[in-house]
Amino acid sequence: MDLNYKATELRLGLPGTDDLPEINTTTPTSSPTKSNKRSSSEMCLDESRSSPPAKAQVVGWPPVRSYRKNVMHEQGKKTEVGSYVKVSMDGAPYLRKVDLKVYKNYGELMKGLEEMFKCIIGLYNEKELGYNGSMHAPTYEDKEGDWMLVGDVPWEMFLTSCKRLRIMKANEAKGLDFN
Amino acid sequence: MAYSFPEEVLEHVFSFISSEKDRNAVSLVCKSWYEMERWCRRRIFVGNCYAVNPKIMIGRFPEVKSIELKGKPHFADFNLVPEGWGGYVYPWIVEIARGYPWLEEIRLKRMVVTDESLELISKSFKNFKVLVLSSCEGFSTDGLAAIAANCRNLRVLELRECEVEDLSGHWLSHFPDSSTSLESLNIACLVSEVSFSALERLVARSPNLKTLRLNRTVPLEKLSTLLHLAPQLVEFGTGAYSAEIRSDVYSSLAEAFSGCKNLKGLSGFWDVIPAYLPAFYSACSRLTTLNLSYAIIQSPELTKIVSQCHNLQRLLVLDYIEDTGLNALAMSCKDLQELRVFPSDPFVADANVLLTEQGLVSVSEGCPKLQSVLYFCRQMSNSALITIANNRPNLTCFRLCILEPRAPDYVTFEPLDAGFGAIVENCKQLRRLSMSGLLTDRVFEHIGTHGKKLDMLSVAFAGDSDLGLHHVLSGCDSLRKLEIRDCPFGDKALLANASKLETMRSLWMSSCSVSFGACKLLGEKMPGLNVEVIDERENLDGMHESCPVEKLYIYRTVAGQRFDMPDFVRTMGKDTVYRVARKR
Repeated sequence: MDLNYKATELRLGLPGTDDLPEINTTTPTSSPTKSNKRSSSEMCLDESRSSPPAKAQVVGWPPVRSYRKNVMHEQGKKTEVGSYVKVSMDGAPYLRKVDLKVYKNYGELMKGLEEMFKCIIGLYNEKELGYNGSMHAPTYEDKEGDWMLVGDVPWEMFLTSCKRLRIMKANEAKGLDFN
Repeated sequence: MAYSFPEEVLEHVFSFISSEKDRNAVSLVCKSWYEMERWCRRRIFVGNCYAVNPKIMIGRFPEVKSIELKGKPHFADFNLVPEGWGGYVYPWIVEIARGYPWLEEIRLKRMVVTDESLELISKSFKNFKVLVLSSCEGFSTDGLAAIAANCRNLRVLELRECEVEDLSGHWLSHFPDSSTSLESLNIACLVSEVSFSALERLVARSPNLKTLRLNRTVPLEKLSTLLHLAPQLVEFGTGAYSAEIRSDVYSSLAEAFSGCKNLKGLSGFWDVIPAYLPAFYSACSRLTTLNLSYAIIQSPELTKIVSQCHNLQRLLVLDYIEDTGLNALAMSCKDLQELRVFPSDPFVADANVLLTEQGLVSVSEGCPKLQSVLYFCRQMSNSALITIANNRPNLTCFRLCILEPRAPDYVTFEPLDAGFGAIVENCKQLRRLSMSGLLTDRVFEHIGTHGKKLDMLSVAFAGDSDLGLHHVLSGCDSLRKLEIRDCPFGDKALLANASKLETMRSLWMSSCSVSFGACKLLGEKMPGLNVEVIDERENLDGMHESCPVEKLYIYRTVAGQRFDMPDFVRTMGKDTVYRVARKR
């Protein structure tokens, strides 16, 4: 069984980034190699990190109307912070996306995540500084690239700083308590 | 024989002939038919507003009810035509206000429309019914207020992707309470919030309303109200498709959508909250047009949607649909005629979505009626293009944009000459073609040989020499619009095919190698053409003969050179002084 230690390694970078093949247009291949699959909303978030560089822009190329460019850029901006973020769950074969804007507080978010992954995350227990009585712990990557336990900061602050979510196995999350 | 038919009979027969081309043909038969026809022509289409002037038009056709005008060249859409180039509608409005007091319809594309023009329109035509502005700019919501207030019989007001100075949404309230004639309202491109109660009342008192396209500020929660007031809608564009997830809002919306039994087209869907998408699923089986091209929806949901739209004829979507979604489209939508796939992230080198040439190949296989394609992607192969050409010889419009300029066949690294060659050879009814990727003179040879029905060709970063341009100009018998950018085409082909240019509407060349001297020569030799050099870099007065011009726009005209040009535009080879009155 692949325990996927790399994915649970606590480090500052994105889990899994090491494993991605480099985009190499000179390698003949019948299936496309691609990098992180992400939506345009995330592209705006990526600007601060090292992401594939935007091409030096040729005027009027690609031939996309300014109207369309403006509308897409606006939508990208709107969903930029505190909105659609990727959610990964240890052991799940693929990622999901949630729109954080849709939830009013942590409780609703947990319920939403529970539904999505059909798991029990449980309630954040302030006294114990962690999630008790559950197999999973929700963590998130903040603007600075650090992995934090969900629930520490006020909801509004969480909305503006959360870039992606990861539902870790609870026993592996214990290490996060003592940042 | 013509003289044996009384006028009334001819007029009656002509009334069945609506197509431009046919009308023009009729007018060439003999003098009496010309006379007859010109008195009963009701619709005029002017593809280039500088090809003719309004006095000439009104002189020949005295009783026109509907006018369509186009201004700037197509590449203006991609910022290649500098601001201030031209395309002003005001001089036209002044003349037609005098000449056609009973005008009912005005349709404008890529023109500069001022509030003054809109006010003049609103006051000059007592029976004005239809105003459609596509990709226009230069006006504000004040101009719209004038239209709303003064056009008592307005049926159609459509703003399609216009740049409007949006001062406030108050203009909509200028529609008088007595106005009940509205059939189509498209305000999708406006930014300001319109008064919802004014909108509600307008919709409520417009029983003939068939098309309603809202702008982003109309909230999702209010959509059901509008749909209940207008269950007869055929085309509907939502506002921002997002709201707090509430089951009462959802079921209201779902119920409202299912009440619209005539709904054939949907658009809008900005800021999508996926939870609300199923609310319109009840309408899917009736939809013939679906425009999700501004909607950020991921592939699984898009797949679900298209799989339910069995009657879909036209789909506009972002590349989030991916190959899997296009496979589903190919399986479910056998009536599909037109597909447009836009890029979600055109300025990033690496693919952010799993959309490749395969998606297009699937659709070409699965959709027998597919005629029109606009496809943005990051990789293409000759083999895929050949397959598409073999699958779909009925294509009439094929526009492919591979995001990276000069990208070769990603499998063999060869140019894509063979692939596009197959398209023009197999698709004998092809009228419009846009190419991209690595292309040599060979592809132009194919086009010249086989593209006999080709009406419009767009070329970028392609070709090796003047031979390429020569193949196209000498071979494409039906060519009317040719637009070229960043190709190594110079003077030779242009000068050798000068007379061809008089059979075309226009030729655009930018960042090519045509010299100032050649432009001058062409302008001098061809009085029926306006050869416009557009160059912002240099002082055009002092330009050297051998210097390549930045941009060149050549069009045939019976109106002579124009006098509304800015100082970076010159009409070459004309005797009159270049810079006269410089309006704007």
